[in-house]
Parts: sequence; structure tokens; C-alpha cells
Amino acid sequence: MIVTVNGTPTYCYTGGKPFDAAKPTVVFIHGVLNDHSVWILQSRYLAHHGFNVLAVDLPGHCRSAGEAPSSVEQAADFIAALLDAAGVQRAALVGHSWGSLIALEAAARLGERVTQLVLVGTAFPMKVSQALLDAAQNDPEAAMKMVNVFSRSTLAAPPSALGPGTWVYGASLALGRRVLRSNQDANVFHRGFLACDRYTHGEEAIAQIACPVLFVLGAQDQMTPPKAAQGLIAKARAAGKTVQVAQPPVGHHQMTETPDETLFAIRDFLIR
Amino acid sequence: MPGYSDPGFDTLALHAGAAPDPATGARAVPIHLSTSFVFESSDHAAALFNLERAGHVYSRISNPTNAVLEQRVAALEGGIGAIATASGQAALHLAVATLMGAGSHIVASTALYGGSQNLLHYTMRRFGIETTFVKPGDIDGWRAAIRPETRLLFGETVGNPGLDVLDIPTVSAIAHEAGVPLLVDSTLTSPWLIKPFDLGADLVYHSATKFLSGHGTVIGGVLVDGGSFDWAASHATSGRFAELAQAYDGFHNMVFTEESTVGAFLLRARREGLRDFGACMSPHTAWLILQGIETLPLRMERHMANTRKVVEFLAGQPFVSRVGHPLLESHPSHALANKLLPRGAGSVFSFDLKGNREQGKKFIETLKIFSHLANVGDCRSLVIHPASTTHFRMSDEALAAGGIGQGTIRLSIGLEDADDLIDDLKRALKAAEKAA
Repeated sequence: MIVTVNGTPTYCYTGGKPFDAAKPTVVFIHGVLNDHSVWILQSRYLAHHGFNVLAVDLPGHCRSAGEAPSSVEQAADFIAALLDAAGVQRAALVGHSWGSLIALEAAARLGERVTQLVLVGTAFPMKVSQALLDAAQNDPEAAMKMVNVFSRSTLAAPPSALGPGTWVYGASLALGRRVLRSNQDANVFHRGFLACDRYTHGEEAIAQIACPVLFVLGAQDQMTPPKAAQGLIAKARAAGKTVQVAQPPVGHHQMTETPDETLFAIRDFLIR
Repeated sequence: MPGYSDPGFDTLALHAGAAPDPATGARAVPIHLSTSFVFESSDHAAALFNLERAGHVYSRISNPTNAVLEQRVAALEGGIGAIATASGQAALHLAVATLMGAGSHIVASTALYGGSQNLLHYTMRRFGIETTFVKPGDIDGWRAAIRPETRLLFGETVGNPGLDVLDIPTVSAIAHEAGVPLLVDSTLTSPWLIKPFDLGADLVYHSATKFLSGHGTVIGGVLVDGGSFDWAASHATSGRFAELAQAYDGFHNMVFTEESTVGAFLLRARREGLRDFGACMSPHTAWLILQGIETLPLRMERHMANTRKVVEFLAGQPFVSRVGHPLLESHPSHALANKLLPRGAGSVFSFDLKGNREQGKKFIETLKIFSHLANVGDCRSLVIHPASTTHFRMSDEALAAGGIGQGTIRLSIGLEDADDLIDDLKRALKAAEKAA
């Protein structure tokens, strides 16, 4: 469905069910050079199991108009505005990679309005090498291939989004190309990576959240290796937050390399 | 994986889509000869049917062995996924039926396999789908043939058997300007010789019966989605692809372009096309094709090395009036083939004898290593007379448009010793000459 946020049309996938603000709501936030479709299995399942789902295309990405966010903070403000525009008082936030930082920062800003926080493939700081930043800016195709290889742990993923017979490695590349092409005004690849690289508020944000937090970390993730999330986990625990950690034996694309395990980790955390 | 760079073609040919079986440790891909797969619970069953979870339900829709083949071919082509079908013809039909219904229109190359020409010219017309045929090199013709109701442009990487090379970058640009996709039949080239997605094609299919399986044992097809065509954007401006961009009451009112930004075509093709038309592949067939693909790079290299030697031999024979392979400067697609097919334009080609019809018959019947049959892409060398067999339903005009004469002989060069193949041809040419 289209929600007008700050005067701009914003696309949210609702999982094949009509949006119903009366249900508990889950907002899914994608990472750099992705869109709502990376969450298809998880969001569609939850939408058919009692949840109201908003899997958003961030501004300037694919079906959403507007200026692509230049910082995690800017994107977090957008998530807050999205909840207001959709008439959602409280929601769980689920973010992947860059989206996890956006979810984290939004949760810190929204306080009690966030019921649960799920950080999939997260790290803090989420530094991006200068070589990758340069490639994203000057040779996006090469950078996409680099990221894709680093994000994958297998050449034989189980049946995933699109069903059996999907070559998820190729699907990720095709999606990256499509998202990049969808914005003729800004290189959302470089802009997203820069936002990840420059975000410094992670430890303060995790201390400010007012909800339980689940970390879903790919044990073989080369983009955001589990050890790179340990600082956040420690800060959350030190701040007295309820923390859960799931560590499926896969790479950075948990949603497609272990779709069921990722879904169940999120589902069980949301309904506990 | 994980690694530091993209896996290469030869690695993908062996590993894409398959890992050691977690249940048994089997290293080779197991053959899952099971029609159906047990649900963990009622909720699991409902979630599979509603595409909330991914998995196998019934082997007409998907099967674990077929899924390995589908991933592997998609990987080799650089696509996002694939669907294994009962034959190459089933793959072509699946592509057409997914994109259009009665009242729609296709623009297709004249240089097509006879079966494809039949399907489009006669059979699909009966169902209200019209096709305009254009010579593959007639670039203005492609553009001029597109109508508001056109849903697809279609050609073969190299036409069968004249080997007219399709200018995929140019034809795909014409297609995209008009907001329609380009479908390419890459059967005669295989992804080892050309990757149509890299050149601008949107959909690719193979008769996997040929080079992919490579051993002349099974019939099968594979339809691959490149994930590049923006169905939603095209529909928004032209209204052409309601099948993909609007709610489909035949499948939970799903809007396929919303479910998947890049895989809407593949979703509908499987969820409607395989479900309703049912032209699925047997898992045993999928396994045999996988066995073939594992050696595809090695076989293609040998196919091309032998082809070069045979073409060179035939080109020097006085009893041969024409050799139709782009390796030769005389071939109209020589320059384009050098550009788009640097490893070669395939090992299936035709040549003309100077003699009459009887001499042609004598030539074929004298061959001992070449087998006279209706197939190509086998590891064994094959021969046929297209005008009286594979293309016999076509008119003389249509034959000529496809580069086929009454005296044309088609060869499919196999993996035997090249010297033996040349000896066999030498013997048959001599016998044909004497039969005058």
C-alpha cells in the first residue's frame, strides 16, 4: 500500500493482507541497495499469522518517492513519521544490515512506541572500507559483486523467496541493479554505505531503547561478522535490556539463506 | 564460498545449487523420485500453499532434484532462477503463456527451430496469439513489427540451422524502448558460448535435451529469468503486463510484482504455468541433465575445436558449394559472431552439396560415424536433411528465409576424434559425387 509520509508517497508491502492498525504491527526495514522484497517470506508469514506488516521501501528506493536518506538518523526520523502517517501507535521494528541501524536509532527515539527490536546482520560500528565506498561510487557493478560474494555463505541455498529453483546469488545482484536504477538522482548504494560508515550513535541508542532486543547474526557473515555485534550486545545487557541472540550458520543474507530459521527466531521473539 | 570473488563458470557447473546431502552425506545430487513431500503440520502446509514459507509440495510444481538443476542453469546464465520443463518446447510455451493471452502479439525471428516456428505460426494463432516473423538481421523490421498488443520479442542466439547470429544488444534495445522483453532460445550455444542476459536479453530458455544434457538421453527444457525486466514499470506506462502487475484471483489475489521486485515472471510461471499446464520435468531427467552440465565446459571446448577442423575441411571441398558457419568470412554473421560469440558460434551448422537430391541422400547414407537422426548437441556427431525432416512443414519461402535450401545438410559435430569425422565426411562426399 502507499502511505504518504512527509508529503511523499511511500510503498509498504503488507504481506498480502489489508493493513489493519488494530493488529500488532511489525515494520521491516531493508538494508543498502535492497527493498521490501528481501523480507517477503518473513513478512508474508507474519501477515497471515496475526500481525499487521509494513515492509517499507525506504525513500528514494524502488517504489517509494522522496530523497534517499543520507544518514541513519534521517532514516530513523522517517520511520517515526511512517508510523504516524500509518496511524500506528506501537510497533516492533525489524531491520537488516543498514536497516538494523535505522531500526536501532528509531527505537531509541521512539521509546515506548517500539514493542520489540530485531537486529538482523548488524554490527556497530558498521565501518565500510574506503575501497568499497569508492567502488560503490565509481563502479557500482563491481562493488555489487564484491558485496554479494561477501554476503553469501553457500552456492546451494535452500528453497527461499521465489521458491525452489531460485538462484539467490543472482537474485541479489538483480535486485541491487534494480534499486540502483530506480533512483536517477542519487547513488543510493554509496549513500547507504556512507550512512552506515558514519553512524556513531549505536551504543548510546541501544542504552536508550525501551524494549527487548533480538540479534540475528549469521555465523559465517563476512559483512557484519557476529564479533562485530558483541559491543552492542554487551552494552544492551549492561543497560539491563532483555537480550536474545540467534546465530544461524549462514552469511549476511539470513532471510534467504535460512528463511525458516530467521522467520522462527523473529516470530518466537515477537510472540513471547 | 565464502570467497573473495565471483565463482567461475566451471565451478558453478559443478557446485551451483548442490551441497552434500545433509541427511545422508551423498556428494552427488540425489534423485528425489517422490511425487509429494510431507508437511510438518497443518500450519506448514498452509504456509507452503500461500507462499509464506518456501519448500516442496508436489513435484509438478517443484522437486528438490529439479531445483538443483534450476539453480545451476540460472547460475550459469547469470539469472535469478529457472524452471525445469518437460521439453524445450514446453519452456517456450510456458514463457508465452505466462506473459499473454488471446489478442496478444509476438515479434519473432524467421530463423527459428521448425518446432518453434510451428508453435508460433500455427498453434498459438489458434489460441488468439499472433506472431509477426522478421529476419534476425532486419533491425528496422523488428522495430516496425511491434504493435500496442506486442508482449514479447523472440529469437535464437544463432538460428537453426543457418546460424544467423541474433544481434541481442540491438534487438533488446528495441524491445526495451517499446516496453517489452526479449526472450532468447540459447539451445545451440549454451551459456558456455554466450550469456544472453549480459547482452540485454530478459528471458532465456534451452532445450536441455541438447548441449546441457549432452548425451542424447533425455528430453527436457529450462526457462531462465534474468530478473532485469521491470514488469511493473512497463505495465504502468503501457498496460501490457496485467498478468504480473495486477492482483491475480487465480492465486490468492497475489500481485506478483509486489511479491518480488525482480522475480515476478518466475513466480507466475511456476505458480500458474506449471500448476495448470503441468509440463514439468521428471527428477530422473533433471539428474541426467545435471550430470551433463558438470562436464559442459569440457565438452563445449571439444565441440568447438572439432567444429573448427570440420568447417575448415568442408570449406576446401570442391563438391561443397557453401558452408554456413560464422567461422568463415563468407558467412553474413561472421563479424557479429566474432563480437558476441568469441568462443565460437556453436557446433551445429549446415552446408550445401553441389549435387541433386539423390546425391544428398547418398551422402547421408554413406556416413558411418555421423548418425542420421533428428537431434543436435549430442556427444556423438549427427547429420540430417532439414528440408525433409525438422523443417518439412515450412514453405519454400519460409525455408529460404531461414537460410535452408533443398540440398542443405545439417551437421552436429560431436566429441569424436576430428580426424575420424573428417575421414567419414570424405568418404561420403566421394560416394555422393559418384552417385551423379
